[in-house]
Amino acid sequence: MAANALEFRTCPITGKKVYATAQNLIWANAVTAVVFILVGGLAALLVLLTRWPAVHLLSPDLFYRILTLHPIAALVAWIIFFEVAGLYFGCTVLLNSRIAAPKVAWLAYFLMLVGAALVAVEILIGNADVMFTSYIPLQASPLYYLGVILFAVGALVACGIFFGTLAIAKAEKTYEGSLPLVTFGLSAAAIIAVWTLASGAIIYIPTFLWSLGVIKNIDAAMYRLIFWGFGHASQQINVTAMVSVWYLLGVLTVGLKPVNEKVCRSAFVLYIFFINLASEHHLLTDPTLSPAHKIANTSYFIYMAALASMIHALAIPMAVEVAQRKKGYTKGIFEWLTKAPWGEPGFPALVFSLFIFGFIGGITGIVNGTEQLSIKSHNTWAMTGHFHGTVVGGTTLAFMGLTYYLIPLVFRREIIGKKWATAQPYIYGIGLIIFTLSMIAAGTLGVPRRHWDITFADSIIPFSFDPTAILLVTLTALGGLTAIVGGAIYVGVAVLSVFFGRKLAPNEAKLI
Amino acid sequence: MAITSPETYWWKPADKEEKLWITIAIVWCLILFTMMPLWHIVGGQNPSVEPLKIRPKDYEKISDAFIEKYKIGEESGIPVVKPPDGADVYLRGQMWNWMPILELKKGVNYKFHISSIDLMHGFSLQPLVMNFQIVPGHDNILNITPTSSGTFHIICNEFCGINHHTMVGKIVVKD
Ligand code: HEM
Ligand SMILES: [Cu+2]
Ligand SMILES: [Cu+2]
Repeated sequence: MAANALEFRTCPITGKKVYATAQNLIWANAVTAVVFILVGGLAALLVLLTRWPAVHLLSPDLFYRILTLHPIAALVAWIIFFEVAGLYFGCTVLLNSRIAAPKVAWLAYFLMLVGAALVAVEILIGNADVMFTSYIPLQASPLYYLGVILFAVGALVACGIFFGTLAIAKAEKTYEGSLPLVTFGLSAAAIIAVWTLASGAIIYIPTFLWSLGVIKNIDAAMYRLIFWGFGHASQQINVTAMVSVWYLLGVLTVGLKPVNEKVCRSAFVLYIFFINLASEHHLLTDPTLSPAHKIANTSYFIYMAALASMIHALAIPMAVEVAQRKKGYTKGIFEWLTKAPWGEPGFPALVFSLFIFGFIGGITGIVNGTEQLSIKSHNTWAMTGHFHGTVVGGTTLAFMGLTYYLIPLVFRREIIGKKWATAQPYIYGIGLIIFTLSMIAAGTLGVPRRHWDITFADSIIPFSFDPTAILLVTLTALGGLTAIVGGAIYVGVAVLSVFFGRKLAPNEAKLI
Repeated sequence: MAITSPETYWWKPADKEEKLWITIAIVWCLILFTMMPLWHIVGGQNPSVEPLKIRPKDYEKISDAFIEKYKIGEESGIPVVKPPDGADVYLRGQMWNWMPILELKKGVNYKFHISSIDLMHGFSLQPLVMNFQIVPGHDNILNITPTSSGTFHIICNEFCGINHHTMVGKIVVKD
């Protein structure tokens, strides 16, 4: 922590300057992220084994408690800590720059850490059985909301550090010309993050005061509207950061060079302008908004953001192909693909992430986001399946793939268990494909989300699902267990390598 | 590479293939864009189109009066209500049941008012799988015409407390 602000080394692989202060901050944020995915993964295991009727592990109160913890640990803490690490990497290492105000960056880190820990503890001791959405009038303890606020403020400060560092790099001319594409994409993510965290404050501060009794009444529908202004927009940080990581993985595995910088950058700009506006698709079946409002918000604007994803979906495979052909893999139509580095973790992570995000998460997102089809899927497992396609199959898997390269590149340790690391994206990816598709199918048969007992054994009015639905839930459990094995391998390899991996010599240009 | 600064002039026209793809994507987006309002008009089923606020206390009074007026019996302690053709129907979500059990006639249009008197609930009609968010303080107004007879169930798919998973309601449609 006490590194000299101007101490740096030169990376033997990329030739970039890596400042010790920045490196320590990236390390702390990334390691914390991995700790939280471990917590989130354990929670996923418990929740999954409870939803599987054949096992039905937890009691109802514990189930709803752990179901509140799972997204807080995975969706909020893991992803955002990792994103902060990624932002710092993008603005320091990629730009040869020192980091702005390292002390403030550490403050941001501790705010986030204290906030996340507070939220997790409040949930575990039973003070916040409200699901991560904490819909009013469900009420958690004031400390729960305070934890969320601290975390959000910390993340906001981290975005400030990112922009400050961009300004320093520009002023000190540590790079020439425009920002590298990856840093440009991360900047788009940071801009979206600022807006998101601001609306987070708008909704969590009054809710905090309400839990203290200072404010008497908050309208439940108004809460939902603003919560999703924050909650949905924060998913767009994840999309934008994930796409930036896709480009980065392309560089690290095949030496990707964007075919047309203008096209890629314009697509990122589309994200900034349009993606936040789609947040009302969470409210399509609510009795709050007029149809005109819903249609304008969720059709016109979201499709401009979908367009951006479509552009990246071409630009990335295209650039991979160009890079591979330059290396001489020019036979037939597909030699560039068959000769791709499938035997190192980054490439399958990129491919599975692209595939699951686009074909499972993306398509179901567009479908669920239409006014009438939302009636079919709202609050069913089809939704849960959809966002495990985006935020787990897409974002989480991309971040996992990147980890195997950050460890040698930035932390200068050799990966322990390279074979395990290579198998990991396959296991996680295939598990998730089975998990999400079965979950979506179960949802279309009516299986609800957030539900302890789909056999309705304790109901006054009996009801039971079609046996097909139960079969699909079982398949979901099997796919989920496979993915959890993949997740465990990730945590194992990452932790062992970071702490016990052989230290690389200063001039050792070994990546993986 | 994507981790180094691009050459100075990167504002270059896109390739033929890229242009073609982007054109296809834009056309696709435009089709989706027109489908949404179009389907709102020609499609048979839409979510609530009349947002209306109502205080949970007031809603409870109206729905109690509705139950009292048209009650025809009781089942497991829950009133069974048969509203007249075309009546306004009040279906109340509360911890942890849907009140009352309804008996409706096939082919008749009813104006449903669904709301909650405590937390949020998730109206999920089975086996049709039609879902609506039920929010206290707001009346979810839906014009519903049952087109087939039989027994339908309503489960709750929004977390509403410790017994959320026991919340089941019933609608019986008769010929
Ligand atoms: C292999 C890993 C995972 C498995 C097997 C898994 C499984 C599950 C299951 C079974 C549920 C509960 C569904 C319900 O009861 O309705 C759930 C909910 C959820 N998961 Fe995961 N999950 C995994 C990883 C993740 C990750 C990495 C994230 C975030 C980045 C995530 C985000 C969520 C969210 C946001 C919910 C919704 C909770 C709610 O409805 O309140 N999951 N997951
Ligand atoms: Cu309920
Ligand atoms: Cu419920």
